[in-house]
Amino acid sequence: MNASELTTISAEELKPVHLPGAIIPAPPEDSDTSIMRIEIGPAHPAMHGIVRLTTYLDGEQIVGMVPEIGYLHRGFEKESENSKWIQVIPYTDRLNYVSPVLNNIGYSMAVEKLFGVEIPRRAQFARVIMGEISRITDHLTCLAACAMEVGGFTFFLWFIKAREYLYELLEQVTGGRVTINWTRFGGNSTDFPDGFLKEVEVRLEKVREVIEEGDQLVTRNKIFIDRMKNIGVLSKEKAISYGFTGPLLRACGVPYDIRRADPHLVYDELDFEIPIGEVGDSYDRFLVRMEEMRQSISIIEQAIDKIPYGPVMTRERYLGYPDKKEVYGSIEGLIDHFKMVMEGHHPPAGEVYQPIEGGNGELGFYLVSDGSGDPVKCRVRPPCFNYVQAMPELALGHYVADIIAIFGSINMIGGELDR
Amino acid sequence: MPEESSASTESTEASEPIETSVVINLVQQEYPAAMLTTHRHRGDETIALKREFIQPVCRLLRDHPDCRFEMFVDLTAVDYLLIETDLQQTERFEVVYHLRSLSKDHRIRLKCPVPEDDCQIPSIHMLWHAVNWYERECYDMYGIHFEGHPNLTRILMYEQFQGHPLRKDYPVDKQQPLLELNDVEERYHYGRFE
Repeated sequence: MNASELTTISAEELKPVHLPGAIIPAPPEDSDTSIMRIEIGPAHPAMHGIVRLTTYLDGEQIVGMVPEIGYLHRGFEKESENSKWIQVIPYTDRLNYVSPVLNNIGYSMAVEKLFGVEIPRRAQFARVIMGEISRITDHLTCLAACAMEVGGFTFFLWFIKAREYLYELLEQVTGGRVTINWTRFGGNSTDFPDGFLKEVEVRLEKVREVIEEGDQLVTRNKIFIDRMKNIGVLSKEKAISYGFTGPLLRACGVPYDIRRADPHLVYDELDFEIPIGEVGDSYDRFLVRMEEMRQSISIIEQAIDKIPYGPVMTRERYLGYPDKKEVYGSIEGLIDHFKMVMEGHHPPAGEVYQPIEGGNGELGFYLVSDGSGDPVKCRVRPPCFNYVQAMPELALGHYVADIIAIFGSINMIGGELDR
Repeated sequence: MPEESSASTESTEASEPIETSVVINLVQQEYPAAMLTTHRHRGDETIALKREFIQPVCRLLRDHPDCRFEMFVDLTAVDYLLIETDLQQTERFEVVYHLRSLSKDHRIRLKCPVPEDDCQIPSIHMLWHAVNWYERECYDMYGIHFEGHPNLTRILMYEQFQGHPLRKDYPVDKQQPLLELNDVEERYHYGRFE
């Protein structure tokens, strides 16, 4: 990125006028109408999960909004602190439940960073392939729901059909569609089954067809454009100050992608482009996600060409379970297995922050270990926390119906937002 | 990791980019009284600060042409109650900030120890838009007061919740008292806003 493009936001812009949670507007003096308060959610079909938007209206125009979250809070951090390190992996499935592989990968990479180990190259490529499949399912779900809420039901059915092709792929490797529990510290729990990579190529071709069909159906559709264009605009500087990441920040025109900015796994060996938008409205977010899916397909195809043979789990004894052959055949293997089951992992004392490019933006794990085998702190930095915080700013001045178009395009995932 | 954490700013790994220590040098230069320790563990630069300096240091890091931390990434706290460790913490709580610079392409972690009996720290909500909710969440979960925050209320828990759930002395199986329905109705009256 060009350094001079980014100006630091000035103090005036940061005055707490639109601070979310602090605005409750007064009725306009020169009109005989009064401000009306409408509760949207928490149990509303367009509120993706559960979130409440207390909206203040002047006529049909939004003059204030207070988002309220926490309805899906399940105490992820508290449960993690009371678990062993390895037991946290199934909890991460339930954060962003439309791209669970990426959560698994992010958490496992954070613990591996705590240990300071590198995983085998085949496992890294496998994580890239599975992670990108997961990113496509994330974007497919988001776009499908977004288009359905503004009236494109056919589009929804097609994209969910395409998502199902990919979920079946995840199922072949992990055994589960959504709650997959796939990665381990030091590698992955399973290698790809026979013929899997061929199957991936076949299915990606089908997904690509669906994406192109969907593209023809809505991208140039006048009704769709009218609903999405110039709705929920946020400037580049404000988006950065709000902590926007991922497709939303890229839609504002900032080419920031953690796969490039903080290279992890083998992304630096793969060739892909970072699509950016111009205005930062809902339509740009739609286009960025569409293009990202195409890029993800290209990444997967490159990774399939380059993936080497080898183990998918590191040989370090303090990380992985020993082979069953060793467990039943030697006393050392049996002892290792016993100690691993009973005592778990013991990362050395220290703290790490590991960001990865989740389906929705920067997914960060901040872990603190004291070396005892129990996590002291297991924090997840959810990307959509910032998006929901910016909802009042995005919706201000628009009409009630536009809330649906905005909220659909920010892709709020309840499990990740409330943890 | 005693061999990796030290009070000096010298880098322990040769592969690290040089820019990151520029940040530490700058803070050292501008606010020498604020610095407690610095360390680099697994490539993450960390500065421990005195809490009263968090606002000027953050402003410096955001605006200085060598740092330019435009993005506020994360804010959380760690409760070190009953934790026996060599992480060198002196107080019970530690508020942890993560910042990211897009134009300079580096990250930094700031940590401020907060004692249990005086559980507060200056708010930095005026520096980045994102801070507001993160501070509310930290208050909700740990009961740390952010002085000067415009709307320091609970965010994930409900208003009548008792205690702060992520403190280490909050039992994981604790039950909360049932709410009276009237309290809820009273607060959320529907209809026209006067």
